[in-house]
Amino acid sequence: MTARTRRLITYAAFITPALCFFTLIIFIPFLRAILFSFQDWNGISSEIGWAGWSNYSELFSDKGFIRSFTFTVKFVVATTVLLNVISLALALAMNLSLKTRNFLRTAFFLPYVIGGVIIGFIWQFIITQLFAEVGISTGWSLFQKNWLSLPDYAFWSLVIVTVWHSVGYFMIIYLAALQGVPKDMMEAAEIDGAGPLKRFWNVTVPLIRPAMTINLFLAISSGFKGFDLNFALTKGGPFGTTESLALHIYLDAFTKNLFTYASAKAVVFFLVLAVITLVQVAVMKRREVEM
Amino acid sequence: MNQGRYNVGKLALELVMLAFGLLFFFPLYLTIINGFKTYNEVVTSTTRLPEVFQFQNFTAVWNQINFPGVFMNSIIITVVSVAGILLISSMAAYQLVRHPGRTSQIIFLVILSSLIIPFQTMMIPLVKVAKDLNIINTIHGIIIMYWGFGIPLALFLYHGFIKAVPKELEEAASIDGSGPAGIFFRILLPLLKPITSTIAILHSLWIWNDFLLPLITLSSVENKTIPLAASVYFGQYTNEWHLAMAALTLAILPIMLFFLFMQRYIIQGITAGAVKG
Repeated sequence: MTARTRRLITYAAFITPALCFFTLIIFIPFLRAILFSFQDWNGISSEIGWAGWSNYSELFSDKGFIRSFTFTVKFVVATTVLLNVISLALALAMNLSLKTRNFLRTAFFLPYVIGGVIIGFIWQFIITQLFAEVGISTGWSLFQKNWLSLPDYAFWSLVIVTVWHSVGYFMIIYLAALQGVPKDMMEAAEIDGAGPLKRFWNVTVPLIRPAMTINLFLAISSGFKGFDLNFALTKGGPFGTTESLALHIYLDAFTKNLFTYASAKAVVFFLVLAVITLVQVAVMKRREVEM
Repeated sequence: MNQGRYNVGKLALELVMLAFGLLFFFPLYLTIINGFKTYNEVVTSTTRLPEVFQFQNFTAVWNQINFPGVFMNSIIITVVSVAGILLISSMAAYQLVRHPGRTSQIIFLVILSSLIIPFQTMMIPLVKVAKDLNIINTIHGIIIMYWGFGIPLALFLYHGFIKAVPKELEEAASIDGSGPAGIFFRILLPLLKPITSTIAILHSLWIWNDFLLPLITLSSVENKTIPLAASVYFGQYTNEWHLAMAALTLAILPIMLFFLFMQRYIIQGITAGAVKG
């Protein structure tokens, strides 16, 4: 055996496991999803028929799909803005070397390590039980309503719980970036007469742009893929108004057995997500400054 | 910015932040105390402490959902999945980095670009593939699926890390007569520890907390993971809040304890993973 064949065998032996599992679990299902989206199959019959573009033409007039699409976009906008604004504010406060920063970091980060479904159940309890109690004892009309049965309130419940769940994670990323801002640069700006707002806007923000790129990307992509909270907290209700795209596709496929139709929706979902996140990262990367 | 001084303004900020931090912890506190109450106590007041701590809520839940069983399922699935992802990805990344060329580049780019595909796009055919392979509703089946889904990110992180590891050590070991397996396991793997722990933490949290994949692939009771088992208490018609809260307490306790003990590593690992990813 020559050295070259031996090298080739080693190469193959080290790479084959990764390639096999990748092909089996990601590549084939992905291609098959595209194939499914042009077919007509109920999940049971042995014959899979062809459907052409009919799944796609149908979904653009599917009220449930459009409703869940609109919900998801609104949800992504609200959570992306709130997560980034609040986490940056928290990180700025923490960066002033507070005495309790270790405790604060633990408190803010703790919810993030718990799974979304469990979080959804916890808040289902808090909203139905605690909020009702607060409503009775204070008489505030805000808490006398059943939040999960009113579309607007259910929407904001999801947004609030999402922020509570992951703001600590976003804060940690901003905090790491803020700690990388050189002190002498801030001092130089102060000597030059820049006030706190100007220093923040002209020194801090340009220097933490990479963290902003990451955090916007994470907020947008996790917002689009949201499933657990919609499943556990609102169950998509009331009247399907909080059905995220991920939940909508799941329900179509696994409770209505619309495998091929749901696959077309899943492919559209993929294309939308891919375009939005690629554009966002490309645009923001160009605005980052080199240190 | 008065970084050094501790003045009244800072004290006020500190108090506001402290109140905010406690507010953050409040939902978890409520969950735990309500798990120790009777049903009547829960519905009269959620915030009051229990009059007598009802440990029987926990014994009831423990038996109803077979907590030791589901806990072991979660542990086995998480540990074996993560161990497999670490081994498979580091092996592949090693050869891809050390033998750059057109083949390696294509393999790397194809696997990397799959990171953009959302799970929901693949899940429908995945269930069919799993049925065809006869691995649906089995523990080893879901582990294989996690191997597949975990590889792209792990491979990407290992790839970036190994590129910065100098070749000289491996070359020296090769001259001393070590084969590729020996070089990989005895020389390279120990050097990869920092990135291995980052990847292990990221993937453990994801798999431990994952809900959708177990939901669509694990249907029988004896295969359930913790999040699936806890969801039994949140069906359409049940509101046994005291038992539900005991179940949620059991569900959050392991991961909370793990976090509190490993906090520094977890926060470091997650930040590193996010910044590099």
